[in-house]
Amino acid sequence: MAYSEKVIDHYENPRNVGAMDKDDSGVGTGMVGAPACGDVMRLQIKVNAQGIIEDAKFKTYGCGSAIASSSLVTEWVKGKTLDEAMTIKNSHIAEELELPPVKIHCSVLAEDAIKAAVEDYRSKQGAAQVSQGGETLSAQVAH
Amino acid sequence: MSSSQIIELESKKPLLIDPDRPIYLDYQATTPVDPQVLEQMLPYLTHDFGNAASRSHAYGWTAEKAVDKARQQVADAIHADPREIVWTSGATESTNLALKGAAHFYSGKGKHIITLRTEHKATLDTCRQLEREGFEVTYLEVQEDGLVDLKAFEAAIRPDTIIASVLFVNNEIGVIQPMAEIGRILRAHKVLFHVDAAQALGKVPVDVEAIQADMMSLSGHKMYGPKGIGALYVRRKPRVRVEAQVHGGGHERGMRSGTLPTHQIVGMGAAAELAVQLMDSDARRIGKLRDRLLKGIQDRVEETYINGSMEHRVPHNLNISFAFVEGESLIMALKEIAVSSGSACTSASLEPSYVLRALGKSDELAHSSIRFGIGRFTTEAEIDATIELIAGKVGKLRELSPLWEMHLEGIDLNSIQWAAH
Ligand SMILES: Cc1ncc(COP(=O)(O)O)c(C=O)c1O
Repeated sequence: MAYSEKVIDHYENPRNVGAMDKDDSGVGTGMVGAPACGDVMRLQIKVNAQGIIEDAKFKTYGCGSAIASSSLVTEWVKGKTLDEAMTIKNSHIAEELELPPVKIHCSVLAEDAIKAAVEDYRSKQGAAQVSQGGETLSAQVAH
Repeated sequence: MSSSQIIELESKKPLLIDPDRPIYLDYQATTPVDPQVLEQMLPYLTHDFGNAASRSHAYGWTAEKAVDKARQQVADAIHADPREIVWTSGATESTNLALKGAAHFYSGKGKHIITLRTEHKATLDTCRQLEREGFEVTYLEVQEDGLVDLKAFEAAIRPDTIIASVLFVNNEIGVIQPMAEIGRILRAHKVLFHVDAAQALGKVPVDVEAIQADMMSLSGHKMYGPKGIGALYVRRKPRVRVEAQVHGGGHERGMRSGTLPTHQIVGMGAAAELAVQLMDSDARRIGKLRDRLLKGIQDRVEETYINGSMEHRVPHNLNISFAFVEGESLIMALKEIAVSSGSACTSASLEPSYVLRALGKSDELAHSSIRFGIGRFTTEAEIDATIELIAGKVGKLRELSPLWEMHLEGIDLNSIQWAAH
């Protein structure tokens, strides 16, 4: 299969490979996919007090396009608010990496990974608020 | 052809040692034409270009003589009579002719066919077609090591079974089926035995009498002959009949029409003779290289799994799964070596190799398998370079792999509920 130069670049020089402490309340972890399907992505985001994603790390088991898709989204989510990160669509990823039709699922998985990481972060925040006292929860969710 | 290439041919240097190209370890996909074979083919493209069916002049007689010699060479290689050899375009066509041809001819006796789940697609797809025509096919499971269970095989035979088709040497995992035992069982039950020997000739002794084969498919390009030529052995005593699938002109005693490609046939004959001559020396040398490759990988890389029996296997093949890395990314990482992957990710389907699935391998291990095909022109230096590459690249991909991290943390991946997608 012929890969685009961008896929090869991310594959050969993956950005932001690594792990964060998944028990840290400021870290959201999203793991999507399944080994049996040939790809598993783990995206982690570190969110600061202002609600901005200040760092992102990934590890991916999967084909070159899956590795490139996850590497790319770690670059894209950095500096974004959670809501902004949630607007990243698989079509943007596929377009940027020039993925062929058989590899679109890799970009779908990367989008799912962002959503899962954000949800994980939000549910942790929610849980933290609940354990501190129920009243603040609604305020937290509303903002 | 440039003049430098011609010089290379004349000096009979292996044609593959080329620093700008990946190391070729895909000899089960295809082989280069041996320079000794090519040399014999060339005159039949130019000077001796006649049509073997031309009975009225010397051009035709020269071609016919060359075809007869090649027919004898192929027959000798498998201990058959030259009148039992039908030229085809390759093992795919041979298998189509054997299975469809015999199924159609003998359909009055029964409509059941037996084959294995690990056969080549040439057999499986032909069987699917026969099913559409109203035949019934049993696709037998194999054991974990890729070998057929003879008891299960015999038990699958029914009164209406007319043909069984078995792959002598498997193209993905190199395992050798117990052909003599299978042949004995089938003869006792009066079931025709078709053997796909495309990967066997030149690697193991092939003798149609010893294994009691009734039909046998052969291919030129798997044994250092040209592509686009193959042969079907069709037994004369007791006589086996196949209905032609290609009509027009009545060549090959009516079994396969079409002008004979003299140069291809000469190449196949020369390749078959050479394959038998070099079988022992090739196997010894290649076996050492395979052992070196296996040891090198096992010494340097943890969590590797060999697919298929090591005992009943040709030395020309090594099929290994690298746990916790994905096959296509591995192939991409190994662009300096030309190998095949059990991951079919590159095609539209995301299904991993059906052969490895049939051995009961998990999808993950099937996805992460690499087939190393070692051949006549493989060198020790190429094997050593391959070991280096594998160790480095698998290590790099595992650093990227969340599954490897979880494995190192002692997490059982089977205990995790993975979301399907
Ligand atoms: C076991 C086996 N059978 C049949 C074939 C088909 O042979 P051919 O390419 O000559 O049609 C191959 C080659 O892919 C093979 O490995």
